[in-house]
Amino acid sequence: MDLALNVLEIIENDPKINISEIASLTGRSDREIRDCIGELESNGTIRKYKTVIDWDKVNNGYVYAVIEIKVSLERETGYNVVADRISRFPEVRSVRLISGDHDLSLTVRGRSMKEVAFFVAEKIATLPQVQSTATHFVLKTYKEDGVLLHEPEHAHRLSIVP
Amino acid sequence: MKRMLISDVVQSVPPSGIRRFFDLANQLPEAISLGVGEPDFVTPWHIREACIHALETGYTSYTTNQGLPELRREIAKAFCRDYSVDYDPDDEILVTTGVSEGIDLVVRSILNRGDEVIIAEPCYVSYKPTVIFAGGSPVTVATDLKNDFRVTADQIKEKITEKTRAIMINYPNNPTGATMGKKDLEEIADVAIDYDLLIISDEIYDKLTYDGKHTCFSSLNGMKENTIVFNGFSKSHAMTGLRIGYALGNSEIIGAMTKIHQYTMLCSPITSQMAAIDALRNGDAEMEKMVREYDRRRHLIISGLNDLGLDCFWGKGAFYVFPSIASTGMTSGEFAERLLLEKGVAVVPGDVFGDCGAGFLRCSYAASRDDIKEALLRIGEFLASIERVVQYNPPISGLE
Ligand SMILES: Cc1ncc(COP(=O)(O)O)c(C=O)c1O
Repeated sequence: MDLALNVLEIIENDPKINISEIASLTGRSDREIRDCIGELESNGTIRKYKTVIDWDKVNNGYVYAVIEIKVSLERETGYNVVADRISRFPEVRSVRLISGDHDLSLTVRGRSMKEVAFFVAEKIATLPQVQSTATHFVLKTYKEDGVLLHEPEHAHRLSIVP
Repeated sequence: MKRMLISDVVQSVPPSGIRRFFDLANQLPEAISLGVGEPDFVTPWHIREACIHALETGYTSYTTNQGLPELRREIAKAFCRDYSVDYDPDDEILVTTGVSEGIDLVVRSILNRGDEVIIAEPCYVSYKPTVIFAGGSPVTVATDLKNDFRVTADQIKEKITEKTRAIMINYPNNPTGATMGKKDLEEIADVAIDYDLLIISDEIYDKLTYDGKHTCFSSLNGMKENTIVFNGFSKSHAMTGLRIGYALGNSEIIGAMTKIHQYTMLCSPITSQMAAIDALRNGDAEMEKMVREYDRRRHLIISGLNDLGLDCFWGKGAFYVFPSIASTGMTSGEFAERLLLEKGVAVVPGDVFGDCGAGFLRCSYAASRDDIKEALLRIGEFLASIERVVQYNPPISGLE
């Protein structure tokens, strides 16, 4: 297997793993792994090491909403200008250009429903390019970024079978 | 009742001496287990979804004895794609209730009383009893660590008599993790042709081959006619409990096997057959992901055991490693039992798989990386504790 792919698959699921452990999983030297990760970081393949948190388990956690937006395009500039403007708000967790009835889909995070609603009304809906918004509050997250947010299942096995 | 209830044949198979150990291990569910011969992954969701859909839409009946035509076609397609061997779905493929059933069917189909089957050991526990139940006589060949547990043509030739009917092999191998390359297999094929023997090739671990490509025995020149290939979904797609596999071979033997299957099994469960169709059509990506993860664990466990001073070779298949415990002076059974009771780690004593497995352990890496790491730590502690016993309690009596 290609070393870079192998390393990416390992750290995508376990960013805390250390270099020598990756080396032992792949049968390579520490040096090779360090070089490989260094290259992936410097060429921008690895963007960031992140943690998936179930905020529902935390008192005063976060409220999330999915916001769909229709925009009117200015001549020449396309979607990038408005998407870039929206992306700069720290409340906005993700921005995607989508097909279908709307143009952009955002995930917005706040401390309360009120905070999120006001943010959308004041900061997003008022942008000149934004024609309309539709806000959908997230009631429960079952899976986040490939991670199930409930107890994982295990194979029901005997402890010894030949 | 005065009369003996049990037949001579069944009585002739010794009760498994290891039963007590298995029962013990299975009573200690909190032990870390490297003792399991099945994937620790649950069946991929799309395959389970196919089962659910099959039930919802009323697929709950018998199928044709040979198995759903669609499944046989998918199997034929897969073998043509992977190994360039053509099997006719009409009469060269039989869907069985696991490879286990298939092996039973083939020996019952070909053996007359007293006929011999050469079996390379260490091997899966069912081979010898199945041959005996079929009235045959197993003749074992011992493979060894020196040769990375590959069987050689010369070893087989030594055991051939006029009664020999077949050679039974299993690569990638349970319990050693050994694989055989094309050249190695060709030498065995030559023996089979020279002596007109059938090859029974259990290739259930074919997809779990790391560093290299599996060679399907029937893809060797001239071998399709005298090889019965067994494969299934238990290991490659983590479907052990669905009980489904298949046999491929010439129409005469497959026909004979179908005759027994039709009266004893009737057909494989239809839900599992539907699942198997989905596994073949849509299962490659998930399977490859599991294989990549097994390969990482293989590196972890083989280097870990070697670092602890338990010699094991770099097996390239299945999900087993077979370390030697010769350096400890213990028997496999003693080691396994003490390791379980003192450190809570379950492994399988090597001699369960044949006499030549004595002095070895089978460790399965179908276990999470965390479990493997913890097990290696505890095995290390265990080894340290027994070395101390040797150091501090020198033998009192003389040296002879
Ligand atoms: C070599 C070998 N053959 C056959 C089997 C049984 O397979 P199935 O689940 O298809 O009956 C096993 C299971 O451990 C095995 O290791």
